[in-house]
Amino acid sequence: MNIDINFLGVLIGAIMASSVPLILAASGELITERSGVLNLGVEGMMIIGAISGFALMIITDNLFLAIIGSMLSGLLLSFIFGFLTQSLLTNHVATGLALTIFGIGLSAMIGKDFVGIPGKEFPLLFVNLKEAIPLFGPIFFGHSIVFYFAFLLPFGTNYFLKKTKIGLIVRAVGDSPVSAANQGINVLLVRYCCILYGGAMCGLGGAYLSLIYTPQWIENMTAGRGWIALALVVFATWSPLKVLVGAIIFGGITILQLHMQAMGIRIPVQFLSALPYIMTIVVLVIISRDSRKIKLNTPTSLGQIFYKEK
Amino acid sequence: MYKYFLRLLASVLLLLGFSMSANAEFKVGFVYVGPTGDHGWTYQHDEGRKAVEAAGIKTTYVESVPEGADAERVIRQLAQSGHDLIFTTSFGYMDPTNKVAKDFPNVKFEHATGYKREHSNVSTYSARFYEGRTLLGHMAGKMTKTNVIGYIASFPIPEVIRGINAMTLAAQKVNPNIKTKIVWVFTWYDPGKESEAAQALIDQGADIIMQHTDSTAPVQVAEKAGVWSFGQASDMQRFAPKSILTSIIDDWAPYYVERSIAARDGTWKQQDTWHGLNEGMVAMAPYNSAMGSELVKEVEKLQKELASGKAHSFTGPIYDQKGNLLVAEGKVADDGMLAGMSVYVKGVEGDIPK
Repeated sequence: MNIDINFLGVLIGAIMASSVPLILAASGELITERSGVLNLGVEGMMIIGAISGFALMIITDNLFLAIIGSMLSGLLLSFIFGFLTQSLLTNHVATGLALTIFGIGLSAMIGKDFVGIPGKEFPLLFVNLKEAIPLFGPIFFGHSIVFYFAFLLPFGTNYFLKKTKIGLIVRAVGDSPVSAANQGINVLLVRYCCILYGGAMCGLGGAYLSLIYTPQWIENMTAGRGWIALALVVFATWSPLKVLVGAIIFGGITILQLHMQAMGIRIPVQFLSALPYIMTIVVLVIISRDSRKIKLNTPTSLGQIFYKEK
Repeated sequence: MYKYFLRLLASVLLLLGFSMSANAEFKVGFVYVGPTGDHGWTYQHDEGRKAVEAAGIKTTYVESVPEGADAERVIRQLAQSGHDLIFTTSFGYMDPTNKVAKDFPNVKFEHATGYKREHSNVSTYSARFYEGRTLLGHMAGKMTKTNVIGYIASFPIPEVIRGINAMTLAAQKVNPNIKTKIVWVFTWYDPGKESEAAQALIDQGADIIMQHTDSTAPVQVAEKAGVWSFGQASDMQRFAPKSILTSIIDDWAPYYVERSIAARDGTWKQQDTWHGLNEGMVAMAPYNSAMGSELVKEVEKLQKELASGKAHSFTGPIYDQKGNLLVAEGKVADDGMLAGMSVYVKGVEGDIPK
């Protein structure tokens, strides 16, 4: 098997396309976590986004509405989480897990009538450039608009957190909600907004799967990508740009192992499937040895219940 | 107050009467491993159940039952609630089915794809899907231009390996230059992973995509890439109208109807069933006319010969990858060997993952 330059381009393009749902969900969850809220319901919000997007596309025949709807549905589900954890002060971990189970069940129920319907073709941009330019053509062109959005998102997120005033407020709330509240910041409002934003991005990540990547609805079609996205946020040590790198690595592992199999190179498949989690643990071990490194980005109050005395 | 109590009593009695008459009625229960909407394995079993219902027999089903302790509880519950015949439709239900069967000697049990019949009220049944694979191999060998056939495999169990071997043998017969490239995805359905696998195979020169997984993602990828493909378990033609040459269909309906009627009429007997094209448990979706009328005729002829027993998917001489003789010239593989198949035949590349 000689690897020619076009094949390499196709391969890298495939890896990038497979990392899109991870980037979207992880970028959303990152904002949520930076505000001090740990929402383990990523998988649930993604799957709800997937079915809502697909259902709306079938019903309205309008892809724009489908995308917006998927984000709204992820947002709605995250609102339930927000209400429970922020207003009713329930445990973040337990509520998040329940949200995932709820999302998977609810999506299956909504999806009953949408099984077995072929999806609609999603418009791809710059298709003619894809063939025209060797190597870079298949990497950068011939993708959907969501693809380009996903690859710009980490840069936007980075700018937002580091350079804007609202970003600073989000970080303050995540690091010390008590001091932030004493400064006159409405902690609840900030956290609600971050939770809802995270939900919307997870919904979009799910819709990418059901509308663009594999245009159809199948129960449980996110197949654990939500959990990988959660691991990814930790792997990236809560830094938006590292999310991008991590998503490409995590997405690349799957694609590469399939290609290696087709080439006849044998590696234990189970090991590769476990690799993202192993890598996350390794990163956790490394950063926990150097407390300064993790403290730079880790929201100190992550997962803690904040209660403002009146 | 007294009047209300009387009314309540009357309605309770009425309800009781209903449920008792319902108990007396002949009922068939189904236990599914997946959701009825998986559009693959469970979907086809449920189509079979609907056929039983259409034959005038009352049915109930429980879907998404995990293999293991839950399965036993569900099967026991069905037996207790007055079901006379229970189909358990996944390999992992084998032990629970036999366990419950022991406690309910008057209830009949039918377990799909298993081999344990520990009590006289347990039957087993499965389908000879490999006969369909032989037909796919014939078409693939004739249709390929690149001589590379891409095969998306699920788990390294005899049923999957048998399919790969049957397909490769048939393809070699019509085209000695073909190469079978296999990607193991270790899942029955994950549309994302299946489509990535299909894309990887296409990128590496496969112009035929075959799958032993349940989602429609691979055929959709094939349609987009403009290569040929085959559907799995149910007719997937509407997902890839141009690309699909045919689909192997699991048709459980005739068997389910036959066995349900036998159980109702008291003629049900324990048996081990392994049906194929002949009995219609394995059926082929309409052939795509794009492959040319000549090839369609050839395949239809082969289909008839496989059904009548004139041809067999595993006719000797067959060698394994190392060149050891598996089946001698002029012989065909017996069912015992087919059921336990765990090596690739000569011509398949790579190793079976452990």
